[in-house]
Amino acid sequence: MPVPAINLTVGPTNFVLLSAVLFAIGLFGALTRKNAIAVLMCIELMLNAVNLNLVAFSRFVTPQLFTGQIFTIFVITVAAAEVGVGLAIIINIYRHRLSVDLDDFDWLKW
Amino acid sequence: MVDYFMYHAWLIPLLPALAFGCITLLTKQWKWLSATLSVGAMVSGFVMASFVMAGVLQHPELAEHPLVYTLTWLSMPGFTVNAGIQLDPLSAMMLFMVTLVASLIQIYSIGYMQGEKGFSVFFSYMSLFGASMLLLVSSANLLELFVAWEGVGVCSYLLIGFYNHKISAREAAKKAFITTRIGDTGLLLGLLALQLIFGTLSISELAQKIPQYQNIPLLITVAVLFFLGPIGKSGQFPLHVWLPDAMEGPTPVSALIHAATMVVAGVYLVGRVLFMFATVPPVMELVAWVGGFTAIFAASIAITQRDMKRILAYSTVSQIGYMMLGLGVGSLTSGFFHLWTHAFFKALMFLGAGSVLLALHHKGDVWQMGGLIKKMPVTAITFMAGGLAIAGIPPFAGFWSKGDILDATLATGHVALFVIGAFTAFLTAFYIWRLIFLAFFGPENPENHPQESPAVMTVPLVILAALATVGGLVGTPWWDLWGRFIHFGAYEAPVANWPLMIGDFLLGAIGIFAAYMFYCRDREKVQIRELQRRFSGLYNLLYHKYYVDEIYMWFNHTMVDGVARLMYLFDIYVVDGIVNGLGATAIAAGAGLRVFQTGRLQNYALVFFLGVLAVAVLLAFTGPQAAWLVGGVR
Repeated sequence: MPVPAINLTVGPTNFVLLSAVLFAIGLFGALTRKNAIAVLMCIELMLNAVNLNLVAFSRFVTPQLFTGQIFTIFVITVAAAEVGVGLAIIINIYRHRLSVDLDDFDWLKW
Repeated sequence: MVDYFMYHAWLIPLLPALAFGCITLLTKQWKWLSATLSVGAMVSGFVMASFVMAGVLQHPELAEHPLVYTLTWLSMPGFTVNAGIQLDPLSAMMLFMVTLVASLIQIYSIGYMQGEKGFSVFFSYMSLFGASMLLLVSSANLLELFVAWEGVGVCSYLLIGFYNHKISAREAAKKAFITTRIGDTGLLLGLLALQLIFGTLSISELAQKIPQYQNIPLLITVAVLFFLGPIGKSGQFPLHVWLPDAMEGPTPVSALIHAATMVVAGVYLVGRVLFMFATVPPVMELVAWVGGFTAIFAASIAITQRDMKRILAYSTVSQIGYMMLGLGVGSLTSGFFHLWTHAFFKALMFLGAGSVLLALHHKGDVWQMGGLIKKMPVTAITFMAGGLAIAGIPPFAGFWSKGDILDATLATGHVALFVIGAFTAFLTAFYIWRLIFLAFFGPENPENHPQESPAVMTVPLVILAALATVGGLVGTPWWDLWGRFIHFGAYEAPVANWPLMIGDFLLGAIGIFAAYMFYCRDREKVQIRELQRRFSGLYNLLYHKYYVDEIYMWFNHTMVDGVARLMYLFDIYVVDGIVNGLGATAIAAGAGLRVFQTGRLQNYALVFFLGVLAVAVLLAFTGPQAAWLVGGVR
């Protein structure tokens, strides 16, 4: 009985799928998690999904150019800065409110 | 010298204006300096006006071709106002008369206002009034004249309310201002119409254009509107109600503003634009009838009044009615001649009344006076000179001017108006001599301790008495200097109308005699009380001034206030309803939308995500057409 041929080559589809799954997980977490730190982490996840996309398309579509990869490095750098600022804000809020639960952060309104 | 002042007549109104500024800003604390400034400005004005008068007398052609010099006051496309000075016999006469009477009255005021609070302020107002009045009579442009017209109105308001601690003075000031304002509205509309129709408000240009104008009905409307201003300002029926109340002001103010000068501004204005009224005969009839009716109406009120100044006030209203009558029958000469003589004898009588009131501590009821001639001979004799002048006894001034008016009325065929005028002449003599007999003759009232006023007050009285005696001699049928200079249309040399002159004299004499019989010979006043009792209905009607004030009050309270109440309801329920409704709608909309602002970041992020998703789905299904949603990039 012939074994069905399974194409094990890794192509752009796999990267896009992985990226989509990662992004969806990140989005879901960002919208549903109560802990601010966890939300921050989920945002990082979404950024990394995008990074993965950039690198994959750079590799498969324009292998001779490094634009996508360089762009990714920039994104990582900026993301690091962003996390730094985000964490600083969360620590500040924690000092005032003794909580990092997003349900308590509802005073951004009338 | 004469030419210099002819070409610099603008200095005459300017000097009192400067005096006003000086007193208000600098010299208010030093009362003598203030008074000197004010009197000095007016006397210098008088000297200049005399030169101007001399100049006009040297140049009779100015009557037809006035000397006009102007500056551009304001200019915009299609509308230019050239303000300046117009000199002709009319304005020169007014300049001379106003500066003369104002000088005398200001000198008198130094004595009268002695020790009053606000002495300097009084003189500053008097100066401002003098400046406005002199500008009014020398204006070359009707808009300029209107500004001065309002200026004298303001001064009148300020001076009537001079004793502003008294509620009656404040009320009288408001009444004067508001009543004249009703007339001024008409005048302003008339000016607007003239500007629209003829494109100019310059008096000399209008004098050229109006007589050629063809659209008579429109011109009638304009002239009637225009005439409302003089009706208000000169206290003609039905807007006469403010003038008797204006006697709340200090007596020199009554003499200057409410007898000699400001109230005749209306007469001056009508005379100034007589070319317009003469173009529309029906309006001339209106002017004549308003004047004639006011004359007899006010004279009949005057015979029953008790307050000295009120009698004189109604007398003023009545005499101005005469002037209007003269103008209305087309005789500029006689109307202005009466203005001229009236200024002297009425200012004289008001100042005399002021002298009496000062001596009696401002108790003005003539029935409480009596026998004042013994203690105040100068005041009494000068007052009687005024009384003879107004009653029309020759050779006193009033005889000539009043005779001229009656003559002109009869000569133009206005028999009814002539009868009214003649009867008014009788009433005039009667009410003035009633006042004189009651106040100066008869038994003395032991409660009064009068004494003669100081020289600063009696000297102006004597000068005015002299003027009231001889002031009319410039316009007799034998030496008609007046008519040669001040006339409308062609000049006609007057002829002595002996029957009329004798009739005038008899009317005045009978009036005086009747007053003598009732109020002097009959020492207990039995007959007059008997008459008063028998005709008590008529007496009450006259004593209450035909209830005109009451009718106005009733009209105000029911009509005006009623409409105001309706308007109030409309405002509360309709206007406020709309405005509040708009506000409430905005608030409700805000409250509805507020629900969406939860303050939870994750909610916002979710909406954000859903929005992006919606755009993505739309793009996926509709293709390039939806590209504009994301800025045209696909």
